Amino acid sequence: MTFFLQLVVTGFALGMIYALIALGFVIILKCSEAFNIAQGHFVLIGGYLGYTFLVTFGLPIWGTLLMAILTAIIMGLLIERLILRPLVGQPVLAVIMVTIALATVLGGLATLIWGAEYKAYHGLLPTINLQIGSISVPSESLIGLIVSIVTVAILMLFLRYTKIGLAMRATAEDLQVVQSVGIKATTVYAVSWVIASIVGVIGGILLGGVSGANMELAEIGLKAFAVVLLGGVNSIGGAIVAGIILGMLENVAAGYLDPLLPGGGLAKVFPFIVMIIVLIFRPYGLFGLVRIERI
Amino acid sequence: MGSHFGAVQESYAQDLAIFRTKLHWGALFAFLLFLFTCPLFFSDRMLTIMTMIGIAVISVHGLNILTGYCGQISIGHAGFMAVGGYASAILCAKLGFPFWIALPCGALTAGIAGLIFGLPSLKIKGFYLIMATIAAQFIIIWTIIQLRSITGGPDGLSVPKPAIGSIVLSSKANYFYLVMAFTCLATLLAKNIVRTRTGRAFIAIRDNDLAAEVMGISLWSYKLQAFFIGCVYAGVAGSLLIHYYSFASIDQFPFMDSVWYLGMLIVGGMGSTTGAIMGAVALRLLDELITMVGPILSAAVAPQAAASLALISHGLIIIIFLIFEPRGLHHRWEMIKAYFRLWPFSHEE
Repeated sequence: MTFFLQLVVTGFALGMIYALIALGFVIILKCSEAFNIAQGHFVLIGGYLGYTFLVTFGLPIWGTLLMAILTAIIMGLLIERLILRPLVGQPVLAVIMVTIALATVLGGLATLIWGAEYKAYHGLLPTINLQIGSISVPSESLIGLIVSIVTVAILMLFLRYTKIGLAMRATAEDLQVVQSVGIKATTVYAVSWVIASIVGVIGGILLGGVSGANMELAEIGLKAFAVVLLGGVNSIGGAIVAGIILGMLENVAAGYLDPLLPGGGLAKVFPFIVMIIVLIFRPYGLFGLVRIERI
Repeated sequence: MGSHFGAVQESYAQDLAIFRTKLHWGALFAFLLFLFTCPLFFSDRMLTIMTMIGIAVISVHGLNILTGYCGQISIGHAGFMAVGGYASAILCAKLGFPFWIALPCGALTAGIAGLIFGLPSLKIKGFYLIMATIAAQFIIIWTIIQLRSITGGPDGLSVPKPAIGSIVLSSKANYFYLVMAFTCLATLLAKNIVRTRTGRAFIAIRDNDLAAEVMGISLWSYKLQAFFIGCVYAGVAGSLLIHYYSFASIDQFPFMDSVWYLGMLIVGGMGSTTGAIMGAVALRLLDELITMVGPILSAAVAPQAAASLALISHGLIIIIFLIFEPRGLHHRWEMIKAYFRLWPFSHEE
């Protein structure tokens, strides 16, 4: 039982980070109807940025987060302006393909700058030990949980109470109405990409704190897609719930089934199995809108 | 009528023929002659490059039918190649099948895998389908690793040299002939499949699947047919790839290859057989260029520069094509041909 609870607790923290990363994806999708395959590569860049600021520059954790967020803002703005804006109004495939290409370019840049090496920095994050009954919560999980809950909360407040946040929600509802009241759609797109890159980078630093920064961080993006599909692509609440569900399921499944399977590595393929099952039986996810098409 | 200018078709059959004029036929024979005399004057290195291009062309033809014509986007094409490749490798290595039976069996297995993973396409499209096919890629590779006793898992599986009858295709030149024969056949079939009733149904589904269904096209049947045909092509390409190396390994079918096949399609131009060939040739040649420039760059800048150059240049090329030439090389080629056909009396509309 302790083993099970342990898996559930660490899975919950992991799931919260997945949810955070998936949120970036959902926000871009809601605002500009672009599917951002490069979300995982924001995480990758985040992991390496964490290493650079924490280890190379020796900044404290809050300084690292601040600098990483600044970098993420610049990255998000550049990507939106240079790559996504020329493709506004193009077919879905073009936009998806351009984000795939963007993902490879980001992967290439990470290889060029950081040499695709494994960079560990988990000793540098502050350590908090928490013991609930017989379960001990690892420090990295706790930090991940706290930071992602705070970020999600800030994001929710931003979307509810700021002018640009409201404009973003309105754009998600109806682009033409928003344009007719004088809100610039391009600003909304830019802000959505900035938010996505910020949450990606924060997620990257948190995951890098757990497992170190390496090229495999980009695959977290694929898990984020499973989260998004499970929750329903256009539901922010859905992404959070699904993130937690998937994080726990994955941890429990890997914990119990990996010793039984010869090759192991179930955690890696698990999100895809979830994805296929969701796509076959409930393509619009748990909380997504069912789209009714007309000719 | 007496004399006339340009190409005049006098019957429907003539009008529909792929090769309509004497020039077309002449060009075809010149090209085939060139292709099948290549081993006489090209080095083994060149032959390897051309063999790889041929395999890529076959694979991209399949993806073109599936994605370019039927509009069902797949980023799991390398996975389906792996199914075909491994199936024929296992038949050859474990059950002792001859190569020429194992290859079609492998292709058929890939087609069946395509049918299974194509099932979600009946309910979903666009991004959802992309996710399903990405999932297919990872699940296929994972399954291959799990079935260690049959597939050799991560260690790979060595396969005997392919032989047809008593001829063992051990030299690069022999294998080059085989791949080129398959490539020509695949091109001819691809070109003709899209001109049949099935092909026209694919196009209707791509342009608007609801409208196609209302017109009486069975989405269920045709989407699965597209998956089957596309994956059979992938299976042939995968088999050819594995038999070329005489070794099956999951490293031959990485996820990024699935992305490149789609990239080749975009660079060449979707929904065009010529485009598929152009894209495959262009990106493969770019690969070769990178392999040549890479070591120089690595020595000059940093050891990891070569790897990153490959990723960045591929990504940038796809981005540039999507932004500036979304209809691909094939469209540009048609524009150039039209310009010279009308020259010097061309005018801007």
